[in-house]
Amino acid sequence: MSLRIAVPILLLAIVALLPLVAPWSQVVLTLALAKGLAVLGIVLLLHAGQVSFGHALFFAVAAYSAAFLGEAFAGGELVMMIVLGLGASLFFGLMVGLFVVRYRHIFFGMLNLAFSMIFYSILEKFYHVTGGADGMQVARPTVVGIEMERAGFETLLFYGSLVLCVAVAWCIHRFLSSPIGNMFKTIKTNETRLEYLGISARQTLLVGYVVSAGLCGLGGVLMAVAQGIVTPEYAWWIRSGELVFIAILGGAGSVAGAFVGAIIYEAVRVNAAAFAADVWQMVLGFFLLAIILFASRGLVGLYERLMDRLENKKPTSKETQDGRVPGAAE
Amino acid sequence: MTPDVLLETKGLEINFGGVIAADNVSVEIHAGKNLAIIGPNGAGKTTFLNICTGYTKPNKGSVYFCGREVTQKSPRQITRMGVARAFQIPQLFSEHTALENLLIAAAAREQRWAPFMKLGHIPERDEMMHLLELVNCAHVSDRLVNELPEGQRKLIDIAVALALRPKLLLLDEPTSGVASSEKFGVMDILTRALAEAKVTSVFVEHDMGIVEKYADEVAVWAAGAVQLRGTPQEVLEHPDVIRDVIGEEL
Amino acid sequence: MNAQLFALAVFDGVAYAALVFMVAVGLTLIFGVLRILNVAHGSFYAIGAYLTASIGGAIFAAGYAPWLALPLMFLAAAIVGIVLGGPIERLLLRRIYAKEDALQLLVTFAVFMILEDVQRLIWGTQPYFEATALQQLGNIEVFGVFYTTYQLVVLPLVAITVLIGLRLFLRKTLSGKLILAVTEDRETATAIGIDADKVYLLTFVVGAALAGFGGALASATTSVVPGMGADMIVLSFAVVATAGLGQIEGAAIAALLIGLGRSFAVYLMPELQVLIPYLIMLLVLLVRPEGLFGVVRTRKI
Repeated sequence: MSLRIAVPILLLAIVALLPLVAPWSQVVLTLALAKGLAVLGIVLLLHAGQVSFGHALFFAVAAYSAAFLGEAFAGGELVMMIVLGLGASLFFGLMVGLFVVRYRHIFFGMLNLAFSMIFYSILEKFYHVTGGADGMQVARPTVVGIEMERAGFETLLFYGSLVLCVAVAWCIHRFLSSPIGNMFKTIKTNETRLEYLGISARQTLLVGYVVSAGLCGLGGVLMAVAQGIVTPEYAWWIRSGELVFIAILGGAGSVAGAFVGAIIYEAVRVNAAAFAADVWQMVLGFFLLAIILFASRGLVGLYERLMDRLENKKPTSKETQDGRVPGAAE
Repeated sequence: MTPDVLLETKGLEINFGGVIAADNVSVEIHAGKNLAIIGPNGAGKTTFLNICTGYTKPNKGSVYFCGREVTQKSPRQITRMGVARAFQIPQLFSEHTALENLLIAAAAREQRWAPFMKLGHIPERDEMMHLLELVNCAHVSDRLVNELPEGQRKLIDIAVALALRPKLLLLDEPTSGVASSEKFGVMDILTRALAEAKVTSVFVEHDMGIVEKYADEVAVWAAGAVQLRGTPQEVLEHPDVIRDVIGEEL
Repeated sequence: MNAQLFALAVFDGVAYAALVFMVAVGLTLIFGVLRILNVAHGSFYAIGAYLTASIGGAIFAAGYAPWLALPLMFLAAAIVGIVLGGPIERLLLRRIYAKEDALQLLVTFAVFMILEDVQRLIWGTQPYFEATALQQLGNIEVFGVFYTTYQLVVLPLVAITVLIGLRLFLRKTLSGKLILAVTEDRETATAIGIDADKVYLLTFVVGAALAGFGGALASATTSVVPGMGADMIVLSFAVVATAGLGQIEGAAIAALLIGLGRSFAVYLMPELQVLIPYLIMLLVLLVRPEGLFGVVRTRKI
């Protein structure tokens, strides 16, 4: 087995086993996986050359759906929460998507931001329904009807999330290699030709957009359940910015990078927040600039370069294409 | 309307900020007869192709394809009906390989939406490889198209259009950007491919040698209107054409 | 809604529109020339407000004459334009003009994130309030309604002056004509020897200064708090998008439309106040995707 494949499997094993050695890491990793799913949604859109500054909207839609379900049924059921949260985020994705896929680049990014700001202010203003700025508690749900203790639930949530992430990552990877996934990518390079193949660029982008909203929704439900509380902050623009940041950090366009980025980001945030709380966004901002200007393929790009050096060979044209960053300059 | 009329325009008119790009253009394109469009720059040749494919909507007039009006339809809808187009500046997917460009076109033609099928595994793969061979680009099938020279990009652009199995192919200056020594080679490849696929073509061309050799009919464009139409011999020997069009080329 | 409330809503709307216009016009000017949507524009607005409120608070407490309030605003705008805008264009944006849109947007977004924290480090999270300019000018009575002269007369006058001044600057002065030339056709402009670098820098500095000036003007009417930059960038984007990107006169009309819509919502449907600007934008874009005054550009193929 080549090193290039062995290392990711090893990393996955370390993530799976880490909580056994260091119990504190379990919650952090669960949160990181939840964010990683949402980041995957951003990564997907980057393949079409689009950046959304408002995807926290779908994260929050799903999280609040789970919270409402829990409130309505005194605790609720995890599977139902996931189904409802996913359904709600897909529905919102379709509604918002029908509008925003008419636009590209600046308008696309900013209209997404506008929609998320609208939702944020609704969450804050209609406090009699949403609990306002204090948000809503999410009680620990049952899992397929079984009530669980806290420790057992957290362990289950972590391993459940891990399996879900691996499965979803595989699906997205296959989607991106499929005919429709490749058409989705051509929105970045040549929409005119796509239309002249008889394919609607808007509908193609809409498919990807709805999927990306669903990914954010899955992440939102997991986050809500893991944290036990949802607040309007879930929909805030800083959350959206964070998702975009992690996508770029991991390696824009890389499915694995979404999760690697999320785990590293979350680990650093948890440990650095204590002494950098006031300047956290500033740190992120400088990092983002540094990555864009000096390492535009992110962590995954650095990994590939390291592997190339270890295997002592130059990338062929096909490989550079596989590792190509949607964000990279032409 | 005779049954062999593939595309017909009636009284097309359009102007861009006062510049007339189409002035009462009525043209019939017959199945099986390759039509060359010649004329000076700015005569409205590309605009004509744009109107025929729905990219530009005329101020007046209408376009019919196989007897159905398509004037207000989008490029997407007209493409679906069987009109494909190759461009003056090749319109390719720059981050895909040459073969992938064709495979995407084939997947679009066959409506392959299965989300877990790999693009490289669709049943049309062999057909697309054959098409690449036909345009002499099989050896660069796994190269990114933006790494290829302009001449090959033009051929791949044409192959992408052919991959759609159109009834009618509109080619905008297929040999521009191709070295003059290679122009005839490109056209030989192209006519062979067109004949094999039984596609009728309309091509905008500046090189009269090419027009003479490959066109069945020639239409002369000037100031947004068709000035003259006939066989290559009739047209190229016409004194006006020698003065206005060929003269400019020299 | 009686006549007095109606008048109040109109006055609120006009005063607010004047402020939003100052920010939006800078945003649209920068976009027109640099083809970059500067997300950090909201920070320029907030920093202009912070500078004015904090310096003003200090000097007026030390007993300086209140008439200094207006020159102070110009100073704040100049600082934002020259000290912030200049280096950002020179050192950062210049490196990314060739990169794709998504990355350009991300870079200005990163600058925005950095500047948000810079504000908190310098000015903390406490609100600043410094209304000397507002108080100095007193109130006037119009249609039986008392309103501050500053908001009803000064702000709209300043906005109109900026609009006319910008128009004259672009059409009559050499620098302005160069900017217009680059906006119309960058390639041709550089081909005939226009120094695009200089035009970009000048435009960005002027645009940033306008945003700073908007913030300076606003600081007299409202308390300066963290987060005002984020609200303003989205709001001014709504104005710019409603008008059509790059449309300067259009931005004035869109600002008025959105300002009035918002102020009427305050009186009629207060819970919708935040939403109205976006709803107006979405409605306009549904009907005219390129904005009210925008022009559709088809790609040459």
